[in-house]
Amino acid sequence: MNGQGILVRGGRVVDPSRGQDEVADVYLIEGRVEAVGRNIGTPDGAMVVDARGQVVAPGLIDLHVHLREPGQEELETVASGAMAAAAGGFSAVCAMPNTDPVCDNQGVVGFVKAQAQRAGKARVYPIGAVSLGQQGQQLAEFGELVGAGAVAVSDDGKPVVSSHLMRTALEYARTFGIPVADHCEEPTLSAGGVMHEGTVSTRLGLKGIPAAAEEIMVARDILLAELTGGHVHLCHMSTRGSVGLIRRAKAHGVRVTAEACPHHFTLTHEACAGYDTNAKMSPPLREEADREAIRQGLQDGTIDVIVTDHAPHHYDAKEREFDDAPNGIIGLETSLGLAITELVRSGVLTISELIARMSTIPARIFGLPGGTLAAGAPADVVVFDPGVEWTVRPETFYSRSRNTPFTGRRLFGRATTTIVRGQVAYQRAMD
Amino acid sequence: MVAALAKDLTGLEYLSAEQIELILDTAEPFKEVSERQIKKVPALRGKTIVNLFFEASTRTRISFEFAEKRLSADTVNVAASGSSVSKGETLVDTARNLEAMRIDMVVIRHGASGAAQFLGQRIRSNVINAGDGKHEHPTQGLLDMLTLRDRFGRLDGLKVAICGDVLHSRVARSNIWGLTKLGAQVGVCGPPTLLPRNVHELGVTVLPRIEDAIQWADALNVLRLQLERMEAGFIPSLREYNRVFGVTNERLNRAPKDLVIMHPGPMNRGVEIDSDVADGAHSVILPQVTNGVAVRMAVLYLLAGGRPESAQAAGKGEER
Amino acid sequence: MPTTIPLLDERAIARALSRMASEIVERCGGTDEVVLVGIQRRGVELAERLRQQIARTENASVPVGKLDITLYRDDLQTVGTRPIIGETSLPDLDARIVVIVDDVLYTGRTIRAALDECADFGRPRRILLCVLVDRGGRELPIQADIVGSVVRTTSDDRVNVLVSELDGRDAVELVREA
Repeated sequence: MNGQGILVRGGRVVDPSRGQDEVADVYLIEGRVEAVGRNIGTPDGAMVVDARGQVVAPGLIDLHVHLREPGQEELETVASGAMAAAAGGFSAVCAMPNTDPVCDNQGVVGFVKAQAQRAGKARVYPIGAVSLGQQGQQLAEFGELVGAGAVAVSDDGKPVVSSHLMRTALEYARTFGIPVADHCEEPTLSAGGVMHEGTVSTRLGLKGIPAAAEEIMVARDILLAELTGGHVHLCHMSTRGSVGLIRRAKAHGVRVTAEACPHHFTLTHEACAGYDTNAKMSPPLREEADREAIRQGLQDGTIDVIVTDHAPHHYDAKEREFDDAPNGIIGLETSLGLAITELVRSGVLTISELIARMSTIPARIFGLPGGTLAAGAPADVVVFDPGVEWTVRPETFYSRSRNTPFTGRRLFGRATTTIVRGQVAYQRAMD
Repeated sequence: MVAALAKDLTGLEYLSAEQIELILDTAEPFKEVSERQIKKVPALRGKTIVNLFFEASTRTRISFEFAEKRLSADTVNVAASGSSVSKGETLVDTARNLEAMRIDMVVIRHGASGAAQFLGQRIRSNVINAGDGKHEHPTQGLLDMLTLRDRFGRLDGLKVAICGDVLHSRVARSNIWGLTKLGAQVGVCGPPTLLPRNVHELGVTVLPRIEDAIQWADALNVLRLQLERMEAGFIPSLREYNRVFGVTNERLNRAPKDLVIMHPGPMNRGVEIDSDVADGAHSVILPQVTNGVAVRMAVLYLLAGGRPESAQAAGKGEER
Repeated sequence: MPTTIPLLDERAIARALSRMASEIVERCGGTDEVVLVGIQRRGVELAERLRQQIARTENASVPVGKLDITLYRDDLQTVGTRPIIGETSLPDLDARIVVIVDDVLYTGRTIRAALDECADFGRPRRILLCVLVDRGGRELPIQADIVGSVVRTTSDDRVNVLVSELDGRDAVELVREA
């Protein structure tokens, strides 16, 4: 189809890896970036993507999504998730292992990769489990997982409760150069909790989860990373205390990286008023000061990357009492819009800094290809319009699920073309 | 014009002071109905009311049942199983089934906070919250206020101390909302493990010890120590709770004035309250029960009003 | 623009009440067993005046009760916002001669409600109806036994009875739409 390559013409090329931010053309051929420069002539037979007035960047990379295959294909599959990702501007996502069966062996890793290959949309990098069955008892075979294609290990969904197991995982993971990603939650403090412990939980009569439940594990993981020299990656940070701990740890040279989700820099626990189950997630939405701290953390680099923690759930599952509803929201198709609206337009990040957090740095910290438009880099490119205003209508999403608190919200910024491996994976039909 | 109520009564947080006063004022004539030989008026004749109780409760259910029957309504009691996740129908399906049977009103008690609101948003019938999780128990709050108003003649400026497991108590929350809206001062007293960390943001005074509450208050509302709700470890033992926080005659004798003693029931005698206090001269626990029926009749009467669309009626108020 | 036509002034009302009090005593053959029951509102004030009048002329005290019929209305389901309920307190009615007292008799529905409510309180030997104004327009087969004044009205008219205890003055007025 694209035998003669793709020319992405006339866009504002923003590539933080090379410090580039200027109007230029990008020429892709044979699955690689061939050249980036001004007024590259159109090679014969090349497909032209008109990027005038838009931003051209290395494809976005989401380090933390939940694709429900194998096991709950009615909620999402690798294919539908990969399509949703492409529609959101992502050329790659990392899939968490809490599937059914759990991704704790090469069979499941291979299956997920094969499904992604077959779909031919965004790349999907499996993340393997830390422990067999994510039971928190016995270490999974990291070597086998990495050999089959896993890029990291995590028991996300759940914390690694045993400090001994976490230590061992961090040490063992060094052999393969992969990070251990932890869902930071102290279970005896969070048990039974359904939202942030604060004024709103008191008003609503719901059991709360104190910020300390996250911070205790953040502190522990930092200390273990320091002890072992391993790389710990802290999932979906939500509290100002966590941000403070990470900042100090980085200043001391500890190998810790951290991620934050759009809902944690956009919403607060007030969103739970009226018992809206689309505001129920883990970790929960926190206070105004926490939201501010997350934004600050993204600005000064304490928080390295933005991820979605895309968590599809069935409408029926969310249509119940707050206590009983499952945690999580989808996010692949709103992430870029929320980031531009809440962070770029408010001056917290420049476009270049945003691309760094959503593409360049994710690639670097997980050792993934992409995140750059240097010559020879994979042809993973996103073209997006940072100024287009649109309304979130989940019924139009490619994801199989609809659980989002942002229905009806007006956002700025949306992907128009996503190219993966030199093929157009997504192109938005112009209204 | 009178401050009309919305379709559902889900909590006192959502009512204005005028609306609360309307309910309390309307409860007065209903007290009289319960004193008659024939304890029945035809006001809700032909209305169908379902008492949908997902949690066992004898006293609240019976109180509502009497209120409904004394208004000549037809009542059905449904004792449903626990949460949506456990066996049985989901709350959504239950709601749809009730609507299909053309029920006029539902009185719901459920273990999940927000359940009454959840139901009210999905069915056209009036929904009355008889206790949802730890959120609110509005009719209990109302009857507590009516009882205090009877005793003191007013609520404005009254000092009421709520003593006990405030953290898990929907009765406490409803009392806090209702009393503060009507100008009373509310205090909360209990071990820190049983008080919400930011309870002061609701406009209440924190009284660290029961002795402080007794010195400060005009009335004590003593909460049941909720054994069934308490996850282990909030207090070391019942014995210690009684010794440190129990409302005893010995402590009350040191009060600067005669305190009115209230309790939503059922009581754990010898734990949060001693028998001689519960049965003593200053206890209004039994009047609370009497007022409970009247308040519930008032709520049912006010909510069952004709729909605004059918008010060709608006001017017909004085029709003879 | 509606017009207000005075029907009875303070003196006329006093005379009517005086006559009505005598008629009550006459119809009941005395004051034994008689109970006056005033309907909220204004029927209550009128019943109290009748009691005073009877006490003056007969030197006997007749018990007076108050009856609020709101909960027995037949239009509660359509009336919209719920009307406020007044006080009901009745002496023993069993085997008594109950004289229901109201200010205006119109459709008769109020009296029907009052009869139902009295039945829930006891079994009077006999019930009589005494009204200050009968304005016609009956929708039920109900008649007043003792009447202060008869007025012809249409459905567009309103008959207002004012009593000094509540309204500062005594008057009966007809308010007619132009």
